[in-house]
Amino acid sequence: MNYRSSFFILTCVGLGFAFLYIPILSMVVFSFNASKLVTVWDSANSPTLKWYYALLHNEEILDAAWISLKVAVINASGSVILGTLAGFGLARFSQFRGRFTLNAMTTAPLVMPEVITGLSLLLLFVALEELIGWPAGRGITTMTIAHMTFSMAYVTVIVNSRMASFDTALEEAAMDLGARPLKVFFVITLPIIFPAILSGWLLAFTLSWDDLVISSFTSGPGSSTLPMVVFSKVRLGVSPEINVLATITLAVVSTMIVGVSLWMARRDRLNAG
Amino acid sequence: MVALPYLWLLLFFVVPFVIVLKISFSDVALAIPPYKPLLEWVGKHSLAIKLNFDNYAFLFTDSLYLHAFANSIKVAFLSTLMCLLIGYPMAYGIARARPAVRNVLLLLVILPFWTSLLLRVYAWIGLLKANGVINNVLMSLGVIHEPLTMLYTPFAMYVGIVYSYLPFLILPLYANLEKMDWQLLEAAEDLGCRPWQAFYKITLPLSRNGILAGSMLVFIPAVGEFVIPALLGGPNALMIGRVLWDEFFSNRAWPVASAVAILLLLLLVPFMMWYQSVQARESAGAR
Repeated sequence: MNYRSSFFILTCVGLGFAFLYIPILSMVVFSFNASKLVTVWDSANSPTLKWYYALLHNEEILDAAWISLKVAVINASGSVILGTLAGFGLARFSQFRGRFTLNAMTTAPLVMPEVITGLSLLLLFVALEELIGWPAGRGITTMTIAHMTFSMAYVTVIVNSRMASFDTALEEAAMDLGARPLKVFFVITLPIIFPAILSGWLLAFTLSWDDLVISSFTSGPGSSTLPMVVFSKVRLGVSPEINVLATITLAVVSTMIVGVSLWMARRDRLNAG
Repeated sequence: MVALPYLWLLLFFVVPFVIVLKISFSDVALAIPPYKPLLEWVGKHSLAIKLNFDNYAFLFTDSLYLHAFANSIKVAFLSTLMCLLIGYPMAYGIARARPAVRNVLLLLVILPFWTSLLLRVYAWIGLLKANGVINNVLMSLGVIHEPLTMLYTPFAMYVGIVYSYLPFLILPLYANLEKMDWQLLEAAEDLGCRPWQAFYKITLPLSRNGILAGSMLVFIPAVGEFVIPALLGGPNALMIGRVLWDEFFSNRAWPVASAVAILLLLLLVPFMMWYQSVQARESAGAR
């Protein structure tokens, strides 16, 4: 096949990536700027790490980051279990009662505007509290439940598409050799769909870590997450510490994504060879 | 086995909508929670249902709400169109690149999608504000002498939405274009088709499902977008997601907010069903 693209396409791709990356890179550059004006470069005192120091001593941000981390880890683990079960079921059983509903319920959260999901979950929690006394007030628990509800939809989609390219002969062979269904699942199925489960976990973690709208609806006093704190700061204008936060986030995310992709590429090569 | 996720979604995704519907028909009250029950015991043995359509009537009489709905649809539609104009050539270029280059480019599309939306929107404040990067660069080049007002305008809001949702459009479109048989284009050229004609007659119709899926992934959430208009759009950026947020958090008018949510949902459900049928067709075609 011929890989040449026209000059027009190359220009569009180049400009497109510039559009995607200039804002991100500008935050990285200005995170080292000494000036409190953020976007006015203070060449006398820059580059400096002083805002990095300030961020790491900002109690409000650190507390919020700790809450976000807890919610994100529990959410990712929970939604991976629920999403894998749902994705596995949808891919493997072509006919069961409620298949259509399950399919719709796992597709809708992907596109549902967050204000609707947030409002409806909050009203559910309020109604439940009136009815059975649980959950008592709102906080980390309600927020985690809310996050799991939309994160599991993403995990379901990822697991489902991995299952679609799965050779069922492997499972049948194991069964013929006398393995019980549960053993087949853990020894054959799970290792094969593991990359999907790992991507799902990381995606669910990120979705929760970044979420502002649904968290704002379902959190309670004293459980402000990192995005909620960032949002209230950003509303007041730019702040050098947020640039630092963005740079650190970017460094962690890119290391993680590049690492996982390299690992998966290697794994695929080993399996193929 | 599917019972657990099924019950979970039923309880935390479907039942909440029933409650929203219920509360959208109830009265506002100065209480915690701030609405009155729908069912009330009248006397000893009769239960009265008080369905109150006032909230909906209110939404249709105050022009603010209809205006916000219309504006949200307009903004989401134009943003989707701009995403398509920028994203289509990108997805096409990536799909036609060498496999090694393709993987790197894909990674570069996915990366912003994994970094916080809030922080990426924040980046635009730094670029667009009066003493921001764009104005500083333009002034030092002598292109302009006074800073341009860009932040807190509809322009900033469009830039923010297109920027944030672009990866959502590129990824499904790329997945679709990647499966294309490029020999069809070569055949068309051999038969005397010009590149633009070949694109219009072959590539575009074949990528229809990718275009639709990507557009839905941008359009539907963009209609209810809250963060971007709140941070970049300024006080006049009337978007329905923002109206719902203000009704709920500032006015504590839960029934009105619920009615807004129900109307928004009714508006979006047809698009969601369309999206699901496109997805079903796409995965059926893959097998």
